[in-house]
This record gives sequence, structure tokens and C-alpha cells, in this order.
Amino acid sequence: MLSGIELAQAQQLLASIQKKLPGQLAIMEVCGTHTTAISKYGLRPLLEPLRLLSGPGCPVCVTAAGDLDRMIALAGAGCIVATFGDLLRVPGSKTSLEQEQADGADVRIVYSPLDALKIAANNRQRPVVFLGVGFETTAPAMALAVKQAKERGLTNFYLYSCLKTVVPALHALLAAPHGLDGLLLPGHVSSVIGRQAQDFVASLYGMPAAVVGFGERDILLGIAAVVRMIEEGKPGVINAYPRVVREEGNLLAQKLLAETFNIAAAEWRGFGVIPASGYVLKPEFAGHDAALLFDLPHGAVPQEQEACRCGDVLRGAIIPTECALFAGRCLPLTPLGPCMVSSEGACAAYYRYDRKKGVAPA
Amino acid sequence: MKRVLLAHGDGGLYAAALIKDLFLRHFRHAELGRLSDAALLSPVDGRLAVTTDSFVVQPPFFPGGDIGKLSVCGTVNDLLAGGAQPLYLAVSFILEEGLLLDELEAVVVSLADTARSCGVEVVAGDTKVVPRGQADKLYITTTGIGRADERLLLGAEHVRPGDAVILSGTAGDHGIAVLSCRTGVSFQTQVVSDCAPLNGLIYAISPYFSSLRWLRDPTRGGVGATLNELAERAVLDIVLEEKSLPVRPEVRAAAELLGLDPLYLPNEGKMILVAKQEAAAEVCLALREHPLGREAEIIGHLERGTGSVWLRTVLGGTRGVEMPAGLPLPRIC
Repeated sequence: MLSGIELAQAQQLLASIQKKLPGQLAIMEVCGTHTTAISKYGLRPLLEPLRLLSGPGCPVCVTAAGDLDRMIALAGAGCIVATFGDLLRVPGSKTSLEQEQADGADVRIVYSPLDALKIAANNRQRPVVFLGVGFETTAPAMALAVKQAKERGLTNFYLYSCLKTVVPALHALLAAPHGLDGLLLPGHVSSVIGRQAQDFVASLYGMPAAVVGFGERDILLGIAAVVRMIEEGKPGVINAYPRVVREEGNLLAQKLLAETFNIAAAEWRGFGVIPASGYVLKPEFAGHDAALLFDLPHGAVPQEQEACRCGDVLRGAIIPTECALFAGRCLPLTPLGPCMVSSEGACAAYYRYDRKKGVAPA
Repeated sequence: MKRVLLAHGDGGLYAAALIKDLFLRHFRHAELGRLSDAALLSPVDGRLAVTTDSFVVQPPFFPGGDIGKLSVCGTVNDLLAGGAQPLYLAVSFILEEGLLLDELEAVVVSLADTARSCGVEVVAGDTKVVPRGQADKLYITTTGIGRADERLLLGAEHVRPGDAVILSGTAGDHGIAVLSCRTGVSFQTQVVSDCAPLNGLIYAISPYFSSLRWLRDPTRGGVGATLNELAERAVLDIVLEEKSLPVRPEVRAAAELLGLDPLYLPNEGKMILVAKQEAAAEVCLALREHPLGREAEIIGHLERGTGSVWLRTVLGGTRGVEMPAGLPLPRIC
């Protein structure tokens, strides 16, 4: 929570943004953690008429239905499946990891891929598959786990990689028609890839953008910077999170990623296949690649449940409350799409924090 | 290292030795010493309150407590929240074959010490042993008996718009303490569980009993779930003030790291009190006089509404506080 000085600064920023807003602007918070934070801090109603839209930065949400089915199939195939808790309730086309777990599958919640490595070390006779969902932020830890597994001869440890890289998704987003006036760029991902890797957002697409942190003041600082650039008509990519993000990013993490993964086309919910946007294990780690070593279902899977508009939410085309299923047929315990269940999902954030209209009297 | 054997649960010589050499050495009530099938207790003045709770926390030893201490705190605090003065406990153990006897003794000592420290007597007990793998070390069920305190008239039906919501201390300590030593969570923290029996604290504010309308210890689901239950039952809205909610910085940091909200983390030594508006400030000050209530705060109030909980953020925004939907935090108590 904010200290006294930070609170005063945040209040000042809020007032200055409110004063400056030239009509209805649309700014996208690319990162799911931003979506959740903005809702949790109660910022949306305070910033009206600014329209804050979510983007493709929730890793669980952009995971394609076919990948979810393959991960669920791994759980049904006698593997120990280790995963972040987020994935548990995400619906595949027929079932979820949670349902498989109730039916006897061995699904274990971990907070780090290195914990999955420990499980593999303690269960040498059983295959342990870590479900790799994430962006540049989580990918280095998974790279490290795979490298360690190889070094330690943990031949029963596998990664199922749905890891993705954010920059190609930004290209896909901005090259297509959109109604956006500015972007808040993800702070954690930027700490790995660096600010300058995202210069193209302004130079190629003329879109003002700021790399933003996750506190109240950080977010307001980022929004203020973007609003100022819009107002002045001078798009740039500003680093509003300099205490964490460097120009060139985290070179060690980048090296680790380059040593472990190749880049390949990947399927994104809401976007379809985006070229050169996914991390796949390099051939020297093939022995730990679950996608190569397990017989998994192939074939096309419909992107979404009928009427689910997660794809539109992830492209910033609508906000969650504009989906007809929201808070009616689609609920956190019985989600029809991943955005309602992931802790970074926009629908989950709106359901938890923004669903009820009207502000309680002071 | 001596271990629990299946024979310790067979009712024969081993079982008798376990009772005599371990349990009776630490639980000293005369009724237990008679080794009869039921404890006979003197009549109490007033209505009886009974509650029961099972404890399966994993791991059984955690920073700031263990399953023995927890099994006293949980039941004693439930009696208090029900408006009763805790008097007696019955304790039932389910032991896994192979449990170290030293570990069992440590739990029994902790349970006995905690009960003694809060003036509650263990008057009945039972032990069963199950084969290895059919339990995780040990589970404890405690049943508490108390005397209803007629000065406390508590319940969601007594709560009124304008009443204040008081939290007796920081939120989320127990949850983070237990998570910090759970396999699979690789982070270190200095946070210790708040696990404590609260009868000393609650009876320290007995002059204000007539101003209290509702008590509840926010265990599983934390402050968020507990207040949602109240709001729904009372069909009133509850508005919390983020700036008043006491949370330790270490708990906030750890919760952030794990993607959890301290509002939903369990507590084992905290009480939520709903008090009449005019008495709330005094109740809060009285709580702070007691060591277990030093960080008590008025965290919000009730108002007319439809049964929702709201949080006014530090920046003045208002957001909903929903009932938590299935957090992956099993076996926290």
C-alpha cells in the first residue's frame, strides 16, 4: 500500500489526468497483471471517461484451446502434472485439469518450475510434466529448470511449452484495425526484454506507449505519460518504471532464453497463429520436451466455447462486461472462457472488483 | 527413534502404555485419570455451548505454532465467537503409523500448554492409528464445551446499519506462515502464525459486551469471506477502508508474490467484532490494551444495501470484495 508521500503523489497524478482527459480516449493495458491491479485499486471509475482496455498479456488467457486439451490429456495419461494454480480450472474443450484431478489424475500446484524439478527428483520412476505457460517473465525460470534437469540427469522431467513472446503479439495487435490511442506496456516482461525493444510501437505504428510498473502511483504515472503524448501528438515509448526496467533489459535472462529455446509460430487465443511468437525447446533438450515425447491429441479444436468472447477481450475490442455471458452463464467457478478464471484474466478482475455498478456513498 | 505402531491403536498393552506414558503425563484432569468411557462434569450455570472442529494442517509444525496449539485455538475461538466462555475440551487423535513418538509428544505438550494457558481443561480423549499412507502424520479433532455468556447477544440478525466492523489485529499472518513452509513454495519469510486462543482478549473487553452485536474468527477464507457471510445473512452492505486494514508489510509482500490477497488469507488468532457505532472507538482502544489486540482497527462499517462487501481504496475508488472462488490453499487449518 502507498506511503503518505506516495499517496499524495498518486492523488496529484490522478487529479492532473482527470483535468487533462480530452474526451473519450482508449488506452490498452497490455498486461493482465495491470488489468487486475487497475481493478483492484478501484481506478477505473476514477479515470472515467478514459476507457481502459485489456490486452493479450494474460498468459493463461491467450493459451489456445488445443494446447489446453493437450495439457489436460497429459494429466489423464498417468503423468504427474505440475502447474501454476491458475491453469487448474481453465476449461478445455471437454474437461479441465481440476476435473481430471477429481477423477484421480495427479495434478500438483507449484509456485515455481524448480519446485516441479523437486517433485521429479522425488519420483524418479514417474514422468513429471511442467505445464509451461507464460511470457518472458516466467520463461527464464523454466529454461533454468530444463537445464538443471539435463545436468542432474532427471530424465523423467518434461516441459510442455506454451511459452510465448510478447513483441510479435504487439505487432499483430497494432497491424490490424483497432481503436486504441495508447498502450501501457508490461513492466515485468519489459524488465527482461528492455524498453528499446518496444520502440517500434511508436516508430512503426505511431502509438504512444509507456512501460509501467504495478503500484497505484506507477500505473497513474504511466497513464499520465501516455495522455501527455497523445495530447502533444508526439508518440514515443517512455520508461515509466525505470527502477526495474533498463533500456536493454536483462541480458542474462535473454541469454538463458536464447540458449534453451528456439522461436516458432504459436497459436494465440483471439489472434490465431502468430509467426515467430512461441518458445520451443532446442533439439539438445528434446529429451525433456513433452510435446515430442507424449502421444497427444492433434487436430483442430474450436477456439472458444460458442458465444465466449475472450478473444475480443484479449484484443481490446470489448471490455468484459460487454460479453453477453459475463456474470451470467460464465462465472468464476463455472467459467466458459479462460479470462474468467485466470488470476490475471480481465473477466475475473471485472467480476471480482468492477461488476457492481455505482459507488458506495462516502 | 520410536514411532507410532499400528499396535498403539489396538486397545491392548501398547495403547495402554501410550495413554499412561504420554497422554496422561500431559493431560492432568481427574476425570481423565479415571480412564472411564465418559467424563462426568459438574453442572454449569446457564446454557451450554458446544462446537467441534477437525485439524488437518499440513505441515503439522509451522512458524508460530503446530497442530496441537491450533486445535485448541480454533475451538476456543469458535466458542467465543458463539458468545460462550470456553470451559472444556475433548480431543481426538488420528495417528499415521510411523509417526515419530517425539513429534506426537511435542504436539501433545503444545496442546496441553495452550489449553492450560487459556484456562480450558481437557476432559476426554481418544486415539486411533491408521496404516501408513492413510493419514498425513496426525489429525486432531477437538470438541469444545462452554457456558453461554448471557451478556453477549450475538448474531447477524442483531447487526444494524451504522455499526462498526473491528478487526483485532493484522490480517493473513497464519496463511502466509503455513504457506511459507509448504512443499512447493520456495520462499522464506519471517512471518509467524498468529495462532492464539482469544478468551483473554475477549474477556478483557467484557465491560463492552452489551455493545457487541456479532463476533467471528476469520479463519478459512479470511476477513473477505467471513464478512461476505455476514453481509449476506444480514442483507446489509459492508464498506471497508483499505487504509485502515492492518496487514504486516511482510505478509503483504509475500501475498503479492504468491498472487494472493491478504483479505482472503486465513487467521487463527484474530476476531472480527461488530460493535454499536457509538461504542466502537472505545472497544477498539480496549482491545489495544491487551497484548493480542495491540493492532486492532476499525476497518469499516455496515450500511443499508443488498448484502455486498465493498472496499474503499486509498485513492478513493470503491471496488467489490467478492466471496473467494476456490483458492488453491487446502489444509491450512
